Amino acid sequence: MMKTEIAQFALSLIISPFLFGVVNRTKAIFAGRRGAPFLQLYYDIFKLLKKSAVYSTTTTPVFIAAPIISLGAVIVALSLVPFAGYRSLVSFENDLILFIYMLALSRFFIVIAALDTGSSFEGMGASREVQFAVFAEPALFLSLVALARAAGQMSVSDIFSRSAFSLWSSYGPMVFLVLGAFFIVFLAENSRIPVDDPNTHLELTMIHEVMVLDHGGIDLAYTLYAAAIKFWLLGSLLIGVFFGPQTFGWGIDCVIFVVSMVVLACIVGIVESTFARLRLLKVPHFLIVALALSVVAVILTLR
Amino acid sequence: MSITLLSLGILIASGCLAFALNRSDRLSGYAGSGGVIIACVCGLLSLVMVFKFSASASLNLPWHVPYGSFSVSIDKLSALFLAVVYILSALSALYGLGYLRHYHGKKNIGSSWLCFNILVAGMATVIIARNAVLFLMAWEMMSISSFFLVLFEGENRQTAHAGLMYLIASGIGTFFLFTVFILLAQNAASFDFAGFGIKGNDPARSAAFICALIGFGTKAGIMPMHVWLPEAHPAAPSHVSALMSAVMIKTGIYGLLRILTFLGMPCPWWGYLLIGIGIITAVLGILFALAQHDLKRLLAYSSIENIGIITIAIGIGVLGVGINNYDLAVIGFCAGVLHVINHAFFKGMLFLSAGSVYYQTGTREIDLLGGLLKKMPVTGVCFLIGSIAICGLPPLNGFISEFLIYLACFRNVSANGVTAVISMSVIVSLALAGAFALACFSKAFGIIFLGQPRSDYCYKACEAGVRMGMPLVFLAAACVISGICAAYIMPFIGSAVSAVAGTPSAEAVEIISSVNSPLIYVAIMGVSFCALIALIALFRGLLLNRRAVEYGPTWDCGYAFPSARMQYTGSSFSQPLIDFFKGILRARKKGARVTGYFPDRLSFETHTDDIFAESIFRPMQAAVHALAGRLAWFQHGRLQSYILYIFIALIILFMWKL
Repeated sequence: MMKTEIAQFALSLIISPFLFGVVNRTKAIFAGRRGAPFLQLYYDIFKLLKKSAVYSTTTTPVFIAAPIISLGAVIVALSLVPFAGYRSLVSFENDLILFIYMLALSRFFIVIAALDTGSSFEGMGASREVQFAVFAEPALFLSLVALARAAGQMSVSDIFSRSAFSLWSSYGPMVFLVLGAFFIVFLAENSRIPVDDPNTHLELTMIHEVMVLDHGGIDLAYTLYAAAIKFWLLGSLLIGVFFGPQTFGWGIDCVIFVVSMVVLACIVGIVESTFARLRLLKVPHFLIVALALSVVAVILTLR
Repeated sequence: MSITLLSLGILIASGCLAFALNRSDRLSGYAGSGGVIIACVCGLLSLVMVFKFSASASLNLPWHVPYGSFSVSIDKLSALFLAVVYILSALSALYGLGYLRHYHGKKNIGSSWLCFNILVAGMATVIIARNAVLFLMAWEMMSISSFFLVLFEGENRQTAHAGLMYLIASGIGTFFLFTVFILLAQNAASFDFAGFGIKGNDPARSAAFICALIGFGTKAGIMPMHVWLPEAHPAAPSHVSALMSAVMIKTGIYGLLRILTFLGMPCPWWGYLLIGIGIITAVLGILFALAQHDLKRLLAYSSIENIGIITIAIGIGVLGVGINNYDLAVIGFCAGVLHVINHAFFKGMLFLSAGSVYYQTGTREIDLLGGLLKKMPVTGVCFLIGSIAICGLPPLNGFISEFLIYLACFRNVSANGVTAVISMSVIVSLALAGAFALACFSKAFGIIFLGQPRSDYCYKACEAGVRMGMPLVFLAAACVISGICAAYIMPFIGSAVSAVAGTPSAEAVEIISSVNSPLIYVAIMGVSFCALIALIALFRGLLLNRRAVEYGPTWDCGYAFPSARMQYTGSSFSQPLIDFFKGILRARKKGARVTGYFPDRLSFETHTDDIFAESIFRPMQAAVHALAGRLAWFQHGRLQSYILYIFIALIILFMWKL
């Protein structure tokens, strides 16, 4: 029975960069442009993989190791995330801790690689990244706690394999709040508007993009791919709330799941086109909204 | 047992020898540290017997000290703590041999080694003592020798102040310990631990618990009794601060666990209390760590955070026993003891690497350092491993103990009522502390070891030699191995904590085997993560094969003349968080108001004082001072009146006895 799990895992690895194409196309349509092809990120990654490398003389091997470790960490995290309500590649008791801490490991290395360049721009990005994580991480934890309590389970696969209908019917308002919190954390962790703007590199307000300013070639390809996978795995948690197990058979379920991920990407594109980025000082407040939503969600499960 | 006593003998003898050889700094260094290393190896060998044959050795000799008896014993709980003491002491001693070379001819090396060896002997005796008088004597031996070690550079005003603060704090702590033992010995025939125990619903039980919490908490650094810790740890020489932070404060945790075995069935509110102060200690500890500019002070505050995590775990254990949930109890206590061991490894290593940095550069100011990874690669990589471990990131050992605490909580998330709320608050505060720790240690590692040197202090730095490097490498390896092999040591820990958890040893091992499967999964995931990284790195290597790798300056967005001083500093890195939490941290800022178009000189400084020291202990000290001032008329130096006081006191005593 491992076949489907491996197939799902491979499928997520392959499809994830596609979603960025969807986001960018949505934004282009809103801006009245034709936009880049859907597969643009694949082209970018392949092109970058063909390049040679340029490193700053300031950097140390940490700078080279960081994209590798961060990509490895998100892939391990991906293996813990369920797909369309089906079990993930690996699942065990309490695996959601490993999931969140793998993302934290990836963040740690991106941050120290940014500090490794000695550039004050990247230092700024790194500083903001760790600041916002302080608010986003507890919110993510609490949302998962609320779901875990509702499901009575402690592994990501078990939490999300509960049929969506029974979850919504017995814990409707709670799930609604958790969705809100997830969405905010999803936007923040993937450096999306209104927290961060992925479009511009060189402004003082940037976070993720400015941290990878000095990466090039293969390193940048790894970083971009890691970002795409992270988008996929946090997105699939969000979508996972809607998905129960086996409703129409594996094939159709997978198609529905991927279509919903594309819809999510469209929503992100719409948010990016219609909202402005928040002032940096306001971002913590925005993230605290997520924290507050998840606290209320937890309280709702306590009845 | 005899080997353990022999190792204590070696410690004291070699300490005295080092003191006697005071004329030659080199010889006394060899005598002192060599003695510690030999004694620790002997001690570790004797522990193998305990673990291998589950034989708890004990020895009971009469002693002419009133109420005392020389009664010592090693059970599994003692053995685990002793192992930590021995390993860390041996490594710190080896490191100290190199570190103190710097002070040869300037300081009294022999007496420093004497104190060091007494400190090690004191810690070992505290852990094996089974008589209250012996315990307290060893406890004081440990406190006083470490007080002298803190005063190693006592001519420095700040160091002297730190030492004094430490002495007062440990005095207060010991006072509460006396109370604990007197309460416990109420119904017992002697002060031997064997007869201790308060049964039933005696309020003395709770009183003893509170006193133990204050007394041992002062040593461990539980908030708000931690105020001495961020002063004393940076002031001591680095091998001593490593030993103090990695091991000595853990004797407080050991004491608390030992006392819990005498108190019978704990009330649930003890668990709530422990978890509550644990949460405060963990979150505030790491928040204050983030605000520090001094590397060793940062590490000291991070020790407070980790003590908070350990306290949370023990609180979960106590709560579990209190509500008859032995699953929760055993996992909680195991997580606590495992974190004691893990923290000893990584914090010992971090303090030792901080010592190497200080030794080579002459400053502990984070904002003056930078780019040291190129000059001190071994120290740097060890510090990186320590940082990953202390942030609780997989696959290293810090993750395992936090994972167990989370596991205990998640198993109770679906419970009813208070337990669920407690579990959730533990989960969210651990998450918060973890995120702060990540900020704190990415700052510490990133600013000190990466980027470009920020001042002239860094230019002459190089590796600090084999003696100071070897302990680091050993501890780094320990962090990795104990991270991967956690599932194998859990049964030992399970049977060690069974006495505290009030379950038979076999049952505790059975409960702990229920967490084996997730731990093995974590280990497998850790190994496959490493394999995956290797694969990705290999792929990169294959692609880059025969392609040109060029080097140039960091891309600086078009600005032509970047300098090292334009880099982000530790202060600027942590500024957003510090500002956001200014309500708690109350950082003081000075300077930096820009006026005019071309300001030529600006200075800016921030200081983050400890709020507990400033808002609780300073007023308290002022009050004591004022009260003492009021009583000054009583002590005026006239001998006749003093004799009168004695006379009056005697009469009162006579009357009372009549």
